[in-house]
Amino acid sequence: MTRSRMGIALLCLTGLFVSLYLYLYKIGAIGALACGTGGCETVQLSPQSRFLGVIEVSLIGVIGYAVMLLLALLSLQPRFAGRSWPATLLVLLSSGAVLFTAYLTYLELFVIHAICRWCVGSALIILAIFGLACYDRRERSPQPA
Amino acid sequence: MAQAQTGMNKFYLVLGGVAVIGVGALLYLMGKPKSVSIPVDVTVQTADTAGFRGYLLGSDTAKVEVTEYADYQCPVCQDFETIQFPTVRQQLIETGLVRWRYRDFPLDMHPHSRVAAHAAACADEQGKFREMHDALYRNQAQWSPMRNAAGAFSDYAKAAGVDGAKYDACMSSAKYAGRIKASFDEAVKLGAKGTPNFVIGGRLYQTTMPSDSIRAIVMRALTAAAPAPAQ
Repeated sequence: MTRSRMGIALLCLTGLFVSLYLYLYKIGAIGALACGTGGCETVQLSPQSRFLGVIEVSLIGVIGYAVMLLLALLSLQPRFAGRSWPATLLVLLSSGAVLFTAYLTYLELFVIHAICRWCVGSALIILAIFGLACYDRRERSPQPA
Repeated sequence: MAQAQTGMNKFYLVLGGVAVIGVGALLYLMGKPKSVSIPVDVTVQTADTAGFRGYLLGSDTAKVEVTEYADYQCPVCQDFETIQFPTVRQQLIETGLVRWRYRDFPLDMHPHSRVAAHAAACADEQGKFREMHDALYRNQAQWSPMRNAAGAFSDYAKAAGVDGAKYDACMSSAKYAGRIKASFDEAVKLGAKGTPNFVIGGRLYQTTMPSDSIRAIVMRALTAAAPAPAQ
């Protein structure tokens, strides 16, 4: 059962680096994005790359993945291994992330008209995290007698 | 119990490995010389063009305005800018007859055009457009065959007296991509087919021209604009 949480932690760490990469590009710390189509730059430089015009979407990703990573690592500690609340919290957080990712994908397809491969990668990672979190939650639910 | 502990140790080892690879890759990318890419398919925002008609040279009261649509990587534009334009500047602009309006028309066939146009926009931000514009055309043969010309552009900007840190931040932000796209769209809408193309006295000329031809067209436009003599 801890394997699913290990998987979640590894995926969160990978997602964290993807988001950090996009954020570092946005603040000018990295010159150009490795993106075959050029769509990544179009997406990252669009007005929609700032959520509500206030915060960088990539920074939201960095924070979100970091929080889920910490939670996944915490849930692997022996004293929390048998508890179901970390699994419930991971399902809630990852479902929120899936909804947010769906909204961002909609913006890419129908508003910005460009696809960023790194964003697609992040979407796949978050879907996998959600799937593993749901599996983990189900495994830790009390079984009917 | 011991087996579980071994499993956890393996997991932490893998997690640590991923962390080291990730941090290493990011540090490597941050330390790499920045190759700049200016996006093509940007959505032009109102703020991109607000108060900006192009790079203007000459008197505000000049009776004729000449708009030049040009591409920094186009050899014909380089010929025009380095051979013909100094005469045009001396005879028509500095005498107050013409106001020159330079507009970017970066053709897709030239991989560095858009970056060069953005470099000029970033230099313009610090009041050094003309110096950068001249350096880009003067050195076109050097940077044009390069795989990544951003470093050369940065050197020209610094030689022109631009603050390097501000210039680098401007280039990384690609903040003028929308303005360049708007300029490109304007040229296409007018019917420009190549570079350099000119609009003189409201007419489009789809070819490069020697300074004498420009002078003749401007003189005709000035005559047409002049009030008829009193009888």
